[in-house]
Formats: sequence, structure tokens, C-alpha cells
Amino acid sequence: MSGAAAERMGWVPSPQQGWVAPHIASEFPGLGIAWVEVDAKPGRSPDPVRRRLRDLSDRTYGSQAIRLRERPIPWAYRVFFRQIGLDPDRTRTPIEQLTLDRLYYGGFRSKGLPADALDIAVIETGVALRAFDADRTAGGLCIRDSAPGESLAGYPGEMEQGTLTIADEDRPLALLFGETAEGCGVGPDSRRIAIVAVQVKGVPQIAVEEALWMAASTLEAT
Amino acid sequence: MPALLKREDVAGLGIGVDERRARLELRRQISRLEAELSSLFGEAFGHTEVPHRIAGGGSVPRVLDLGELEAVRDRLADRVAEARAALAGRSAVETRNRELLDEMLATPAQFKWVQISRADLGEPGCGHWHSRPVLGPIGMLMGWWRVKVSSGCPLAGRLAAVEREVPAREAGLGT
Repeated sequence: MSGAAAERMGWVPSPQQGWVAPHIASEFPGLGIAWVEVDAKPGRSPDPVRRRLRDLSDRTYGSQAIRLRERPIPWAYRVFFRQIGLDPDRTRTPIEQLTLDRLYYGGFRSKGLPADALDIAVIETGVALRAFDADRTAGGLCIRDSAPGESLAGYPGEMEQGTLTIADEDRPLALLFGETAEGCGVGPDSRRIAIVAVQVKGVPQIAVEEALWMAASTLEAT
Repeated sequence: MPALLKREDVAGLGIGVDERRARLELRRQISRLEAELSSLFGEAFGHTEVPHRIAGGGSVPRVLDLGELEAVRDRLADRVAEARAALAGRSAVETRNRELLDEMLATPAQFKWVQISRADLGEPGCGHWHSRPVLGPIGMLMGWWRVKVSSGCPLAGRLAAVEREVPAREAGLGT
């Protein structure tokens, strides 16, 4: 969605498109990253958000969980996990993890904001989202492999060379579909939140935009 | 064809380029196999166990090399083959059970006390067919046998009355 189109729809700010390291992009056509920044404070979710989670719990059944991996977007993430060496039955894709938790706990549990906003968007769209403290990121975001000697803040040792990461202009912020570096995640003192969507081959752009819009509008409405 | 022998032309067809294409092809195969395995898993769930887990996945996301992609592809292919075999085996058992039920319905006395459940036929629900004597011991002595059909648990699904009751209550018609 262009910035102008987003403004016409009454949604400001519009999502920003990050970049993927060229040699990674040539290996994984369709891989992309987009994000939107929202002024929001973490905290307890208001009643409408908690009610929304309850409604989503009522709409999610075990039979849907079984058939989840056959749906195009969850399937696309499963495939990508296999392609980057992750076992999707051990390191679950975000939508599968949420659905399993729903079955295990009997409902989607409220984890406060911004986690609930992200969960709602992930459940509705299947797109993988995560959040960072926007005031602690420098410049645009990208997906790249780790350089020799690079490490993830808060984790001992160097990353294995070639590890796929989400990074800003200075440093890796998180492993792709993995741990977040210390100090980059959303904390109690965060005031501006970057909601990040990782797009893989098979996930339509419109689903990514919808997921970002849904999460951002939930956060902005609180 | 002398052009093929020129070193600089051959260098243009470097191994790296070919390997990248091979990796792309392997990734395409992995996506196809994953779709097939997911479909088989969904189809078999509740009927039979199908092996769907792939051993050996790591916890660090990275670009896999050709050998690793081949290994993932091969393991997926193995799982798909095993899942197909498990489903075919289950299907054969269900077909045999269906034939047995037909024979049992035709001649109950030859299948005394045999019970076939809906699950044995791959059907949903918990009903069953049971070959039993008519009038208990008298039927046993006289050789009077019949197949009794159980419709299953009455509370297995939502009651139709509940479906009607909820909208009525929401519309303010309920008590």
C-alpha cells in the first residue's frame, strides 16, 4: 500500500518496507520485512481487546488446528521454516503456537499490550508479527545473515556465521523467528513500538498489510 | 563447438550459479512435499497415526547448503511415503470391516457377538453394530440372531434444540 493510499484510508502511518540482503533474497524469493511504528504504552489490555481474544477463542476449534497447516499462509511459514533449518513441529510458527496454546489453555490468554494486539492480528491473518522498541532501533529494518564475530545482545557467544537475523542499521535485533536481543524488545518504559511483519513466499502482500493495520489499529485504539 | 572450450566462457557457468538453482529446486520440492504431508496428516487425523515429524531440525535459522536441503527433502519424502502407506493400510482395514458388516447384516447368526464400531469403518461418531441374540438366552438356544444398531452417544454433538434456543434467547423470546 502506498503512503497516499494509506492516508486516503485514514491509516497513518503507512507501513514501511525493509530490505533483504541481496544474496538472501536470491535464495528466498518472496522473503520480505515490513513494519509500522505506533505510539503506545505497554500494559494491561483494555476490556475490548480481551473480549476480542475471547471471541477469537470461541471461533477456534481443534479441527481447525488440525487443518491449519493446510491453509496457504500457515503452510507457507511451515515450508519456510523447513527451508531455513527449523523444525516447525519443534520451533512452532507463530500462528501454530498460538493455536496450540489456545487448545492447551482453553482460550487465548491475555498477555497485555502489545502482545495481545499482535496475537489478534496473527490469529486473524496468519502472518508472523513481532514487536520491538522503536526508540531503540536505528534506521530501517532488514533481514540479513550475521557477520563473522557478530553476537546477539544478551546472549553468550558469537552467532554462528550465516544466521538469519532481523537487524537495524547498527546491529541484529533478533534471530529470524527466534530470540530478541536484550534491550530491543518492548519493555515497561517503551513509548513507541515497531510492529514488524516477516513475509515469506506464498504470503500475499495484502495479508501483511492487513496484519500490520490490525495490530497497529488495536494498539492505537487503546 | 570451440566456444564451450574457452575457459572464460566456462567460468561464467560457475558452480555457485548451478548450486543456487539446485537449492531453489530443492526448496520447491520441499514445499510440495510439505503440502502433501500436511494434507495426509489432516486426512489421517482421528483415523490412524501417520508419522509426520522430521528428525534433525536445528534451532538456528540459516541458509541451508545443498546437502542439508537434500537431507530435508529426503526425510520429508520418506515421511510422505510412510504416511501414504499408513493411510492405505487403514483404508484396507476399513474396507474389510465394511465387507464384514455387510456379511454380518446378511447372516447375523454366523457372526455371534461380533461388534463393529463406526470408527472401524472410518466414520465419525461412536455408534456400532452388534450381532446379538433375540430375547437373550432364548434366542441363543433357538439360534435367533440379529444385528443391533447403536446410534452412539446422544451428547456427542450439539443438540439441535440448543442451536434453536440460543438465537431465540438473543432475540428476547426465551424465558
